[in-house]
Amino acid sequence: MKKWLRSRFRSGRSDLFGVLLSLPAIVWLAIFFVVPGYVLLAIAFGTVDPIFRAPLPAWSPLDWTFGSFSFVFTHLWGGTDAFFGPAVLRTVGFVAAAMVLCLLIAFPVAYFVARHAGRWRGLVLALLVAPFWISYMMRMLAWVNLLQTDGLANRALSLGGLLPVQVDWLAGRSSTVILGLVYGYVPYMVLPLYAALDRISPSMIEAARDLGAGRTEVFRRVILPMSLPGVAAGLILVTLPMTGDYFTNDLLSGSPRTSMVGNLINEAISTPGQAGQAGALVSLLILGLLVPMLLYVRSTLRGQDVRS
Amino acid sequence: MSTPVTTSARGPVRGPAGSAEGSPAGTPVGTLTSYRAAWTNRGRGPWRPPYVLAAITVIYLLWSLLPVLIAVLFSFNSGRSRSVWQGFSMRWYTGDPNLSVLHDAGLRTALGHTLLLGVLTTLVAVPLGVAFALGLDRWHGRLPTTANVAVVLSFVIPEIVLAAGLLFMITQLQVPFQLGTTAQVVGLVTFQISYPVVIVRARLLTIGKHYEEAARDLGASPLQALRRVLLPMLKPAVFASAVLVFADVIDNFVLVRYLSASSQTETTSMKIYNTARAAPTPALNALASLMLLASLAAVLIGWLAYRRFTRGEKETTGIADFAQL
Repeated sequence: MKKWLRSRFRSGRSDLFGVLLSLPAIVWLAIFFVVPGYVLLAIAFGTVDPIFRAPLPAWSPLDWTFGSFSFVFTHLWGGTDAFFGPAVLRTVGFVAAAMVLCLLIAFPVAYFVARHAGRWRGLVLALLVAPFWISYMMRMLAWVNLLQTDGLANRALSLGGLLPVQVDWLAGRSSTVILGLVYGYVPYMVLPLYAALDRISPSMIEAARDLGAGRTEVFRRVILPMSLPGVAAGLILVTLPMTGDYFTNDLLSGSPRTSMVGNLINEAISTPGQAGQAGALVSLLILGLLVPMLLYVRSTLRGQDVRS
Repeated sequence: MSTPVTTSARGPVRGPAGSAEGSPAGTPVGTLTSYRAAWTNRGRGPWRPPYVLAAITVIYLLWSLLPVLIAVLFSFNSGRSRSVWQGFSMRWYTGDPNLSVLHDAGLRTALGHTLLLGVLTTLVAVPLGVAFALGLDRWHGRLPTTANVAVVLSFVIPEIVLAAGLLFMITQLQVPFQLGTTAQVVGLVTFQISYPVVIVRARLLTIGKHYEEAARDLGASPLQALRRVLLPMLKPAVFASAVLVFADVIDNFVLVRYLSASSQTETTSMKIYNTARAAPTPALNALASLMLLASLAAVLIGWLAYRRFTRGEKETTGIADFAQL
């Protein structure tokens, strides 16, 4: 063993020092990242104590049952107690709408800052980053304040009380929830887009122009293709947190009419006896987000090449 | 005096106003065409200035920041309303004997607990992450590579998944700690460890291996090379990640809520979530404003330190570089 260790660490590019440095974090992640993941699975595939309503996790995969999953799927569609299907549809719809809006807002902004901001660039960038430093809850609170029935939004719309405008913005409106999602997550879109657009060399655009391309053609055939990695990164970065979000919905709507998958998970977790359901819903959420998550992990790992 | 004003490819040497006095009779500078050329060349293109894009950007910035500024403004309202201005006062910060942040025990506890979590998490996550980044650089094998995947994954996985997993782990397994501060710090460290790892690794990539190798050639032990050569060079990255972790932790909501035990371990984000829709007073805005102040202070300190550490490295180290970390 000792010999093996020595030969392994002396010959290769690895050394014992490196092992000692990385081991604490590896142990930490094994205990607090891998184990919780397995506990979730064990609970999702386990059962619930019929009397005490406590979850009975199935620790061995041999004991796994599909009770929680079949419960979720029997409530997929139709009937009065169908909760899962509508929530999934709503989540997909809200997230898709918010993604499109994020892209429509973020692209021109990022494009302007990357190519035309000139000496204002530093300041504008700082302002673009500012939302990251402002607590998400505070940003939502700001909108709750504005959208109250006697809030500034209604007062502005009614021109200070002249018109009888009384929109109940916070009473379970899909549009308000989508606005909240866009407002909350659009900064995650602006920055990767900015980075991608900033990387496009001006000489590339000059070359396209010299070869006779017009405005739209330069955009369509040079800028857009070259910004696609940034678009993809931005879309993934806004989609992942939005899909698991429940607090935006709770603060800006609070009505089951706008419930998303995140709300179902949150309710299942907070209700005794529904731990199995929560586990099943979380597993399904991960399954649904697996592709974008793996895409992101792969691109990040490619980016951080080991120094030679 | 006779030298005409030249217009270089990157823009005019002098603006149209200056060119008028600089050019004697008849030199065709300062005309409309050269003015337009000057303007647009500055914008890196031969087309008209991007007024529409500029307008969109300004509107976007106003839309993204004004609501928050209004919320901060109303924390200074002297009345109970969060939408009708009734005069300036510090009532909701210190004045009100029962409801102000200073005198409401719940709000005060939330503020203190949030800052405590921020400090504790930073103290654990940053050393753990920095050591891991350094270790990954020297240990090439399946285990560290897998761990690195876990780190990146922890960054993108929806927070609710990690929070639910940790909550069930603590309630189902015989772990030696309960829900509360310890559980919150554990969850936050797991969630935040990616910042120091990713930032320090990026910095290691730009530093390269030569400095360390030179130190080793000159007789330093691995530990000495690390402590006296590499760590000082990593200082900006370590500091930046600490600021990011702190600022992110004090804003965290999902993890701290699930792993909280009682009202004693409530944070400001939980306070906002619990009371935002239940007719709160401007004291809630005041609490949120104080958190904003804490974040901004952390960022300011981080930026100043970052500028100090990287002094002399590049010509300019603007806020843009720091912002892009």
